[in-house]
Amino acid sequence: MSSVTYDHVVKRYTSDLTVVKDFNVEIADKEFMVLVGPSGCGKSTALRMLAGLETITEGQIRIGDRVVNHVAAKDRDIAMVFQSYALYPHMSVFDNMAFPLQMKKMSRSEIDKRVKQASGILGLDNFLKRKPKALSGGQRQRVALGRAIVRNPKVFLLDEPLSNLDAKLRGQTRVELQKLHRDLETTFIYVTHDQVEAMTMGDRIAIMNAGILQQVGAPGEIYDHPANLFVAGFIGTPTMNFVPVTMENGNAKASGFDVKLPKPVGADKGILGFRPEALTDRIQDDGSTLEIKVEVVERLGSDQFLYGTAGEDTITARVDPRMKVAPGDRARLGLDLRGIHLFDSQTEKALL
Amino acid sequence: MTAEAAARVGVSHTARFSPAWVAERLQGAVLHVAVISLTVAWMVPAAGLLISSFRHFTDINQSGWWTALAPPYNFTLENYVQVLQSSNMGQSLFNSFMITIPATLIPVTIAAFAAYAFAWMKFPGRDWIFLALVGLLAVPLQLSFIPVLKVFVSIGLVVQNWGFVGVWLAHTGYGLPFSIYLLANFFRALPSDLFESAEIDGAGTLTVFFRIVLPLSVPAIASLVIFQFLWIWNDLLVALIYVGGTKSVAPLTVTLANLTNSLGQGYNLLTAAAFISMLVPLIVFLSLQRYFVRGILAGSVKG
Ligand SMILES: Nc1ncnc2c1ncn2[C@@H]1O[C@H](COP(=O)(O)OP(=O)(O)OP(=O)(O)O)[C@@H](O)[C@H]1O
Ligand SMILES: [Mg+2]
Repeated sequence: MSSVTYDHVVKRYTSDLTVVKDFNVEIADKEFMVLVGPSGCGKSTALRMLAGLETITEGQIRIGDRVVNHVAAKDRDIAMVFQSYALYPHMSVFDNMAFPLQMKKMSRSEIDKRVKQASGILGLDNFLKRKPKALSGGQRQRVALGRAIVRNPKVFLLDEPLSNLDAKLRGQTRVELQKLHRDLETTFIYVTHDQVEAMTMGDRIAIMNAGILQQVGAPGEIYDHPANLFVAGFIGTPTMNFVPVTMENGNAKASGFDVKLPKPVGADKGILGFRPEALTDRIQDDGSTLEIKVEVVERLGSDQFLYGTAGEDTITARVDPRMKVAPGDRARLGLDLRGIHLFDSQTEKALL
Repeated sequence: MTAEAAARVGVSHTARFSPAWVAERLQGAVLHVAVISLTVAWMVPAAGLLISSFRHFTDINQSGWWTALAPPYNFTLENYVQVLQSSNMGQSLFNSFMITIPATLIPVTIAAFAAYAFAWMKFPGRDWIFLALVGLLAVPLQLSFIPVLKVFVSIGLVVQNWGFVGVWLAHTGYGLPFSIYLLANFFRALPSDLFESAEIDGAGTLTVFFRIVLPLSVPAIASLVIFQFLWIWNDLLVALIYVGGTKSVAPLTVTLANLTNSLGQGYNLLTAAAFISMLVPLIVFLSLQRYFVRGILAGSVKG
């Protein structure tokens, strides 16, 4: 059990290829931290530096109070679950889980006890004698987890552990992992490119893009107050509406509508953002309204999404499923002013 | 699944007697005919040799081996008896083993260690050394006979003093480039995740080698052992140069070659002797064959 600190960490492969730039995060003891970002943004690299599989070009990584930059992977007291699971194919499930303990020269009875305990937690009791190739994807994934659990590490590192599972199993495993985190009371660092996993699992989320940390915070906080345009667009499905606007007497003017800004901003241009659920068929007295030309209607049972245009801008709205609307219609919708964001068009930072 | 893929995995979804169905069947038939004819082409001389080895000396000289297949059957074990008694077959067989087994195990062992280093360890000049090694594959071994022999003689490494050590060393040298090349390529193809996972689990270099790399490479190592064993067992040239024809040290190949010389028309004996010599590689091959388990890596990492 331990905290983890990234202190101005840089990873450079060659002088002109820097894949992690000035990375600063403090992960608290027992926290479930999710590192999320698009493919190739450097999140695996950040994790692998902590694991000891990549050297740290600049800065410090600390586990607890100990600087681990030059500590061998095996001495960092961490366990890692790989995306590929990396099970030893010639060993039985039992031997796979026993391997790290054998390396620690643990006694046979202790190894036996720990493996049995982990297999009990993960429901692998009936598979201990099997080889990995005789297991399903989900079972393999659990063996990989088991191999990490038996070591009783200070920090768990997981690099996209669910991406090889089908959608249903992924949902179940997501829940199981959270339960596991609660039971083990250990720091988890979880890498994914899937924002749904990030939102549902993390105590906090760290969002990366192109090697740069964009924002760290609780899922709700990030959802409601994205720090910049990238975070706003990355989190949430369907994605947030973005509309270029110009400011005139406290109003944001788009090509097809005006919005009254809740407070003045010191810019005359910007990008207005609002999530589809802020644009509904409920028209509030103090809210703005805007009319869209509906092009596509998506009925999902609990929701109805309208895709259309207002002026020259594409707009997505989330309306009551009972609202009668067809492609080609014009629909007047209400915009909830509590849900609007404004971003600087140059720096892309949040202005509101 | 495309039709091509279906054909490859041998599953047919095409309707019976449709053109595609016929083409698929024909493809199968052509393949079978090709395989069978190749096998027959290879088997006929061997079968002839085998039958001849059971025929009388006079019969061999008078008629082709296939005539023996019709009655009256006139087979004999005389050739085998004579070979085993008259020439020093027993001693040669023993010598062959004494040469072949160490000359197989030494290079394969060294090659496994070296290949691991080339595949998974970082050291300066690694790629250049590997390239030089691959270059050695192209050097004809005849080129090395005189210089190596000179060195051996000058340091006293000759059969009279050291027995087979010289020829073991020579075979090790000749076998290493190919062995290292083959194993390094195989090791390199193992998923890197396994090595990283083992590293985190606390396994050192030697543990990784013995507990992960070796068990996963059994098929490659088994094929290499077979290659090297067969090549040394059937080798005449190297044995002749480094060991010579003295009865006490000559391996089977050398003794066999002498059989025709010394007995002139000893064709009947040669057939029997050749069969005795072939028996050993056959046993080696059949007993190692079960290690060629396909898909030994299955279930480790999902690709
Ligand atoms: N050994 C290496 N040498 C040079 N560049 C590398 C090396 N390893 C990774 N990179 C580069 O570093 C960048 C970040 O890689 P990383 O694996 O951390 O991405 P990621 O965020 O985990 O992406 P994904 O979601 O696809 O796994 C990529 O652009 C990759 O090409
Ligand atoms: Mg990755």
